[in-house]
Order: sequence, then C-alpha cells, then structure tokens
Amino acid sequence: MFIDTLLIGLSSGAIYSLMALALVLVWRSTRVINFAQSGQAVLSTYIGYEISLATHNYWISLPLAIAAGALIGSLVDLLFMRLLAKRGTTGPIAEIAPVIATLGLLGLIQSVIGLIWGNAFLQYSSPLSAKGFTFGTHTIPFSPQNLFIVIAAAVVLGIFGFVFRYTNLGLALRAASFQPEIAQLSGIRVNLVRNIGWAFAGAAGAVAGAVITPTSTLSPHSLDLLFVSGFIAAVIGGLDSLIGAVVGGLVLGVGFAFILQYISSALTFLVGFIILMFVLLVRPRGIFGQRVNRNA
Amino acid sequence: MKSGLVVSHLKVNYGAIGAVKDISFSVLPGELVAVIGANGAGKSTLIRSLSGLVTPSSGSASWNGSSLLHKRPEQLVREGVVHIAEGKAVIPELTVAENLALGGLWRRDKTDVALATQESLSLFPALATRLQQRADTLSGGERQMLAIARALISRPQLLLLDEPSLGLAPLIIEQIFVAINHLRVQFGMTVLLVEQNAMSALKIADRGVVINLGEVVTTGTPAELVSNTQLREAYLGI
Repeated sequence: MFIDTLLIGLSSGAIYSLMALALVLVWRSTRVINFAQSGQAVLSTYIGYEISLATHNYWISLPLAIAAGALIGSLVDLLFMRLLAKRGTTGPIAEIAPVIATLGLLGLIQSVIGLIWGNAFLQYSSPLSAKGFTFGTHTIPFSPQNLFIVIAAAVVLGIFGFVFRYTNLGLALRAASFQPEIAQLSGIRVNLVRNIGWAFAGAAGAVAGAVITPTSTLSPHSLDLLFVSGFIAAVIGGLDSLIGAVVGGLVLGVGFAFILQYISSALTFLVGFIILMFVLLVRPRGIFGQRVNRNA
Repeated sequence: MKSGLVVSHLKVNYGAIGAVKDISFSVLPGELVAVIGANGAGKSTLIRSLSGLVTPSSGSASWNGSSLLHKRPEQLVREGVVHIAEGKAVIPELTVAENLALGGLWRRDKTDVALATQESLSLFPALATRLQQRADTLSGGERQMLAIARALISRPQLLLLDEPSLGLAPLIIEQIFVAINHLRVQFGMTVLLVEQNAMSALKIADRGVVINLGEVVTTGTPAELVSNTQLREAYLGI
C-alpha cells in the first residue's frame, strides 16, 4: 500500500513539476507569474486532441501538441508581454500590469476555447491503459499511463537540465535571466533568448496537459487545479530554481497522495496551502531559492 | 574610415531632466580618453547612450563613421563597441569560466575565442586558477578583472569603461589601471574611460574631458588639466 501510494504520488508530482517548471522558466526571465500558463497548456492540449481525432493516433498528436505549446508561449511573449514591457510605465503599475495582463489572457484563451470547442468534457485518449498494473492477484493503482507520465516528465526535465547546464543556449538563458543588461553588453540577444524561454515554458506546460488529460477529461478549465498545484510547487522550490520546481512538485504530489490515501480526500488542497504558508513563513525564498544580491 | 569615436551635440533626457545636455568630443583610434566629473555629472548616462542602453534625444555619435545611435547593445558588441558597465559587471550566479564564455558566445570564430580567452587569462592570471568558482566568491578587484577579461573575448575595437575603480582599494585600482593601459599598448584598442577617480584616470589617459551637469567644461592633456588650479579644485577633487 505504501509503495502504491508513493507511485501515484510520483505520477501526479511529475505533472506538478512540469507545470512548476513552466512557471519558473517565465519567472526567471521576466519576473512575471504567468497565470495564463494553464490556459496556454489547455489550448495546446485541445490542439493535440484535434490532431488525434484527425489522425487517430495519440503518438502523432503528442509532439505536435508540444510544438503548438512552444509556439503559443513564444507568441504570448512576442505579441503580448513584449508590447506591455515597451509601453510599460514606471511605478507600482509597471510591476503589477504584466501579472494582471496574464490573468486577462487566461480568461481570453479559455473563452476562445469555449467558443470553438464548447464547454463540454471531451475525451483525449491515449492508447495506454489507465488500469493499474497487476502483480499476481494484486492490482496496483499505478497504470501504464501513469508510468508514461513519469517517464515523459523525467525526459523533459532531463532535456531541460542538459540544455541549461551544458549548452551555449542554456548559458545564454541563465545569463539573460540573472542579469539581462550584462548579458546584452556581452553580445547576447536577450529578447530572442527570453522568447526561447517562453517557448520552453509553453512546451513544458503542453507536455503536462497532453499526458495528464487522457487520465481524465478535457475542458476549458480542466488544467486549472493543476496550475494551482504547479504554482504551489514552484513557490516551495523557490520560484527561481529549476531543481526546486521539480522537487517542489514531487514533494507536493507524494504529500497529496499520502493524505488522500491515509487521511481524507477533503484535506488534500487544504494541506497544499498549509505547506505553502509554512514555506512562505519559515523560508520565504523557498527550499532552493538563493539569497543572492542581484546587484552585486 | 578610421575617424575613431566622434560625439557631437549629444543630448539625453531622463523624463524632464536633461542628464546629458550638450556634449561633443572625439577619441582618435588607439587613444585613451578619460571622461572625468563628479557624481551626477552625466558620465554614466553618456557612456550608456554610446552603448545603446539609453536612447539620446538629439545629437550624434559614431565609431569609425558608423552611427552608434538607435542600435541595440548586442548589435554594437558585434560592431566592436563593448561597454563594461559600472560596478564589477559580472554575473555572480555563474562561474568564472561561464562569465568568460559569455563574451564569445555570439562569435563564430571559435578558434579565436579560445585564443582571446587565453590572452585574457594571461593578462589576469588570478582568474585562471578560479575558473570553476562562482563569480560571487571573487574579490571586488577580481570581479572587475573578470568583467574586463570577458569584454576582451569579444575582441573590442572601442572599449567603453564605466568607473572601473568604483569601490576598490587603491592598490587594486592601480593594478586595474595598469591592465587597462596594457590593452591599448598590446592590442591597439581605443578606450573611453569614465571615472570619478580623476588622478588614477589621468595617469594613463592621453587626454581628459571634464564634464559637469551634463556639459563639457574643458578638454586637455592630463598635464594641462592637472596644472589648472581652478579646475583641480572645482571638478577634479585633487
């Protein structure tokens, strides 16, 4: 029972990690909490759904949904955030305007989805079974689809980790997010690099949407709760740290699974917020957040 | 056309405030010119407008005949104009090696990037032993060296240096200025050095431009400037 619960927790934690990663990628480069992230993810999942209907093949729809997610992320930056930054005023409005704008964008995306696809619950199916693996007579609640979720998340996290750590693009992404001005003066095209960051974030959100949706249903708001969990995970991890996002997601996923299993399902979200409040009170910079003087 | 840096009637406004009111001067190729003035004289705004970080409201500025204005900083770096920002401009979260790599990231000629990196490290040997350390573990002087070393990897023709002595101990300042002078001698680089520390800057400069409240007060050789008692007391603080 303990192992079963742990596996289920890892599966949902992996998804939270992906969503947290998407938030951290945008936060690091633009200092904006992208509330539109769940909207972007659900839109790319709808695109994946349409492609799977047309091709009858989930495996074709999955990479295309991820590509769509990257494109949507890039467009949100180009057509929306960059315009706001250009027109941005000074003072408190300048700080809060982009956040409010992402909330507005979330509403816009979800309304457009409602107009195109309606608000009904759709089924975006994967060929993998949602029934748990069976060992002898014992069936565990961890299915092939759950296993795929964990593998997909691990692959995405591994790719991002490699890119950030070992490639020139990763170095440019880190430099542009830590000190954009110095990066610019070193010859880095900060706007381009930032746009790639938005595309990566969009892709991470799209993977989350496309692998989790086959375990339930698709609707304009189907990823809203996932976003909340991803946000809590990102804050637990320190918002600035990619590893923090992953660990935050896994802690939350496993924590939720154990509470659901051993205490009560009614308590899961309450506990999420208690963890969040605890981290904010005891260690406001998150578990992996660094106390770095950005002007040093 | 090798006309060097030519700044003509440059004017930069910050909102309603004219930080740079009307500045004209030139720097010949291979020359080291120090722009000197008190805090708030408009030195940093001037240098930021030459590297594309701030857009001037009027006037002109060109490097070897090509305009510097209305271009992005990363574009100007590609044209050989490199600005080392004020305050030990390194990225503290990255390692020394990564900070150095930034200077050559955009360059296609990787063989020359490797060569330039070697040259930078032989100019500042203290960095060579700390390549894997994070930049925030370096001392103030080492960070300034790192900032200069990174700029060198971009192979600048015109180096814009903003207050390299800021917050450093006198002995370290001397080392840094010796290194800056070396850049001109060894690489034939043109240097525009913006400094509050007039004495150190004038020691290595060919000419000095004294500015106050966004305007040029006077220009001259270090000897001329230092011998002018009135100027010394009013603007140079020496």
